Amino acid sequence: MSRVIALSRLAKQEPSQQMRRSIDKELETEVRFSVRNLDFFYGGRQVLFANNLDIHSKRVTAIIGPSGCGKSTHIRIYNRIFELYREQKATGEVLLDDVNILSPAVDILELRRKIGMIFQKPTPFPMTVFDNVAWGLRLHYKLSQRDLAERVEQALAAAAILDEVKDKLGEPATSLSGGQQQRLCIARAIAIQPEVLLMDEPTSAIDPRATDKIEELVESLKQRLTIVIVTHNMQQAARISDFTAFFYEGRIIEAGPTNQVFTNPKNRQTQGYITGCFG
Amino acid sequence: MIHRSSKQRNFLNLVTQVVAAFGALLGIFFLGWIVFEVLKRGGAALSWSFFTQLPPPPGVESGGVANAIVGTLGITGLATVMSVPLGILAGTYLSELGRETALATCARFAANSLVGIPSIIVGLFVYASLVAPMGGFSGYAGAVSLAIIMLPVVATTAESMLNLVPNELRESAIALGAPRWKVTLQIVFRAAKAGILTGIILSVARVSGETAPLLFTALNSPYWPNTFTMPTANLTVTIFNFAMSPYEHWQQIAWGASLLIMAAVLALTVTARVVFRESRR
Repeated sequence: MSRVIALSRLAKQEPSQQMRRSIDKELETEVRFSVRNLDFFYGGRQVLFANNLDIHSKRVTAIIGPSGCGKSTHIRIYNRIFELYREQKATGEVLLDDVNILSPAVDILELRRKIGMIFQKPTPFPMTVFDNVAWGLRLHYKLSQRDLAERVEQALAAAAILDEVKDKLGEPATSLSGGQQQRLCIARAIAIQPEVLLMDEPTSAIDPRATDKIEELVESLKQRLTIVIVTHNMQQAARISDFTAFFYEGRIIEAGPTNQVFTNPKNRQTQGYITGCFG
Repeated sequence: MIHRSSKQRNFLNLVTQVVAAFGALLGIFFLGWIVFEVLKRGGAALSWSFFTQLPPPPGVESGGVANAIVGTLGITGLATVMSVPLGILAGTYLSELGRETALATCARFAANSLVGIPSIIVGLFVYASLVAPMGGFSGYAGAVSLAIIMLPVVATTAESMLNLVPNELRESAIALGAPRWKVTLQIVFRAAKAGILTGIILSVARVSGETAPLLFTALNSPYWPNTFTMPTANLTVTIFNFAMSPYEHWQQIAWGASLLIMAAVLALTVTARVVFRESRR
């Protein structure tokens, strides 16, 4: 919350050009994803138009915008999960390490190992807490039983849920609370050591306290991961993100450091959305 | 706009409730009557020999339907083994792989039509395509006809149970970098396990009372079912034959066999409900 207050204070006293530059400097890291001229279609209907966006490494990028503006659609391209549905099609470039991930030559299973995803509703698999995390590990690694147990434990610890479940590893994952289930899904995703974590409104189905925990978790995970988070919650975007991209009707209207987008948006529509005029 | 008085509305409400309750009671009444009658008449026939001996010749006051019990178990078991794997594969194609493809649409339509086909027609079909060419009635032909009846039931229940699995579950498994087949086998099937099992049990319950298709295929036999290549004893055709006979003892055995089938179907239905409810917890 303190950051929002700080932001609103900033808003009143326009930051000097120099100050802005220093903020940007601090945020600048190498670009992980380069999205170039990305279009997306549901059957014949185009829903994303010429999206261009840079996602910085080990930073949190928030994607905001009104419902149905293409936020989720946009991040569902990064791990090509949209390809499950034959009528959906993407054209353009999403460059990861200078390779266009949309190219058919890309090893899609390895791509998805590198790019984890968290969904709106927690999706524990119908198995035990332990097996939920172990399932993903077994997909990608041949591990001895002891190494497997160790990796599971590390992942649970990294997802800040180990203390709560260490006596329940053999119980069905569905017996956990919603917030715990979501953190278990995060543990499952980070166990296979992805480089990027895509989060599609990860806190919209869970209560405020559980939301706090997940926000703290995002903060700690960005030490080693690049995070892209779609959120409806403007405060959440302001609290946890370093960069923000504002989507409107399938177009990226504005993207930049969160401070700047929230306190001094260049675009009138961005300003309108952030100040709550529409959306 | 004319408002009806609350008195009128309350009266109408009462009438509706009484009529609806009467309808419900009527259904329960007839079910109760059938169960009572079968229990009363069939219960008298049950004895040790009923379960252990072959059917008696007319006039002999002993014997049982042991061969028919074994035959029915064998034919139904064989039908289950034939139809369940095929039905689950078909359901998996409809729900997971084909979805809206032309083949899936055709198969779905075929399955829905097949569910509605009278079982006697299935019996005739198997008679014409298996029994006649092979030159005789057989337990195998009986199992095939029951399998044909079970197949669409298993396929459509498998499809709807797989459809109940939320898409997010598939997506999150795919998002971990799992190949599609692993997601289907290890995640989706596991989530739909209880539902599919319920469907299988109910389809077994459905065919365990079928008579017409067996009449044209397995026929019946007074001997032990040592081989399924011959006419094979089974409970439903035994009931049909014995109930139509003029001998009182045979009629009594038919009632006993009816009770046996009724109890088995009831047990299967209850099991299915328990399995399904446990899974919803």
